[in-house]
Amino acid sequence: MSSASIAEPRDYLQAQMRWRWGEIVFWLATLLPFFVVPDYLLLASQVAIAALFVLSLDLILGFAGIVSLGHAAYFGTGAYTAGLISKWGWGEPLTGLLAAALAAGLFGYVTSFIVARFRHLPLIMITLGIGLLLQETANSASWLTGGFDGLQGIHTWPILGRFRFDLYGYTAYGYALAALFVIFLGARRLIHSPFGLALRGIRDNSQRMRAIGAATHSHIRTIYTIAAMIAGAAGAILAQTTETVSLEVLGFQRSADVLVMLILGGSGRLYGGLLGAVVYMVARDQFSGLNPQYWYFWIGLLLIAVVVVLPNGLLGGLSLLTRRVEARS
Amino acid sequence: MPPIFGVLFDGVAYGMLLFLLSVGLSVTLGMMNFVNLAHCSFAMIGGYVTVTLMNHLGWPFFATLPAAFVAAAAVSVLLERVFFRRFYQASDLQQCLLTIGIVFVSIAAAAYVYGTDQQPVQLPGFLRGSIHFAGLNFAVYRLFLIVMALIITGVLVVTLEMTRFGAQVRAAVNNQRMARGLGIDVDVLFAITFALGSGLAGLGGALAIDLVGLDPSFAFTYLIYVLIVVSVGGLGSIGGSLAAAMLLGVSDIAGKYYVPALGSILIYLVMTVLIMLRPAGIFGRR
Repeated sequence: MSSASIAEPRDYLQAQMRWRWGEIVFWLATLLPFFVVPDYLLLASQVAIAALFVLSLDLILGFAGIVSLGHAAYFGTGAYTAGLISKWGWGEPLTGLLAAALAAGLFGYVTSFIVARFRHLPLIMITLGIGLLLQETANSASWLTGGFDGLQGIHTWPILGRFRFDLYGYTAYGYALAALFVIFLGARRLIHSPFGLALRGIRDNSQRMRAIGAATHSHIRTIYTIAAMIAGAAGAILAQTTETVSLEVLGFQRSADVLVMLILGGSGRLYGGLLGAVVYMVARDQFSGLNPQYWYFWIGLLLIAVVVVLPNGLLGGLSLLTRRVEARS
Repeated sequence: MPPIFGVLFDGVAYGMLLFLLSVGLSVTLGMMNFVNLAHCSFAMIGGYVTVTLMNHLGWPFFATLPAAFVAAAAVSVLLERVFFRRFYQASDLQQCLLTIGIVFVSIAAAAYVYGTDQQPVQLPGFLRGSIHFAGLNFAVYRLFLIVMALIITGVLVVTLEMTRFGAQVRAAVNNQRMARGLGIDVDVLFAITFALGSGLAGLGGALAIDLVGLDPSFAFTYLIYVLIVVSVGGLGSIGGSLAAAMLLGVSDIAGKYYVPALGSILIYLVMTVLIMLRPAGIFGRR
């Protein structure tokens, strides 16, 4: 029997799942680039891809507490899979996307057996090692991947046979945004499920979770595989919309970038990563216009500032602010 | 000379360099569990100090080495007092992010001041060329590097094993709370160790220029090698770091010489597998 102050778990989860006004406004706002800044639709599609990638990292880092310095491995797997399928003559985007997600998911599933066994520094080193290993392998296997020159000859067919990829990025942004929204809905449903609660338990105290009988290792394997699939989908969209894949999709820089975006926005809050991706990508576009070489100076400063001043990211700082204002009134 | 000796010799010299670069991180990581990814930025400071003093102020090579040590140590202590000390209790992730931020800033700052080109350094005449001994050819600079690293290792071992300071450091690495309980001021101890470790990295950065070059990406490229040495060798273990650095140096050179097609795959594979089998390092106890 539950007391009046503690609601039924089912009620709690349902209350969490209810759509809030802010969320609806956010998703409506994602349509604005079509009308307000049509010149920046290519950038907007890059933002949507980055947001999808951040979302996947948020699932493992923000909700399950798995720190990864090699998440680009799955992004790159997806990008190369989609690119290769298209290069070999099948340029249909949706099936390519699915195949890429499955390939990345398979790789994620295999590696998840390793990842689930470690924590702290060994975990960071192993994820870093997996990422580096894959990048070096792709570099060596230049007969398959094109090596340092990148994968050439990708051609993506129109989506559903109707929407041709255009120069201005209308289709690219629409495609990336639709994929982001659909996958976001799935992720949102997932983390507001009992499974999502179990993940947060593992993040906060994995030993106690094991003590109450939760299968922590299998939970971690599941979410790691799902995250790898989402990362693969993000990579596939990048490959399909830009019609090129370079080794950089597997690079450490990309793994670090996505981590920065997530931390900047606030990890473990779904929208944090999305916000971080928007701020990061737009800022990079603006700053690199000024002096491309020194972009990382500002990113570094930003990172230091966020860690020192806003440990929970922009969204964390925002919610702290609103709580203070509410407490005062 | 038969290639196997050449590969071994080059590998050992390279390993010695990696040891100098990483030993400081091994000790400080063992003591405070602080994941300092900016360690190679300190090494880079050492390298650029040497380049500046030699090429712009005309200092002799040997005079710049202590300067590189001191500069790296000074900058590291400044950062430690301002930033790092607040994060000893924070999560691994926050420590990683803070120090990655510092790496980014240091790379961009180096690119701003020195450009992205490789920095030239003119060694004194007696360190160039090679000597013949027992039918083999030895590059003088590599011999110098090996001797230098061996001396430093000796000094480190003696300091850690024989002095009061060393005993305190070992106590703090073994069990920080117990050491505090016994009245050891771990904070001050840590600041000193941190400065010494970063100074050694700075020295390593200065010595590395002739062997591997120096450009702003140094802070990232060698960070990965240093992390491999530290995590394979085990935290706080000088012997472990030395062994891991030798292993890494020799297998890297051997891999690049015998199977160039594999690139660095071999190294990363060895590292990942070793960490999986021994998460606390080859000689680690935790």
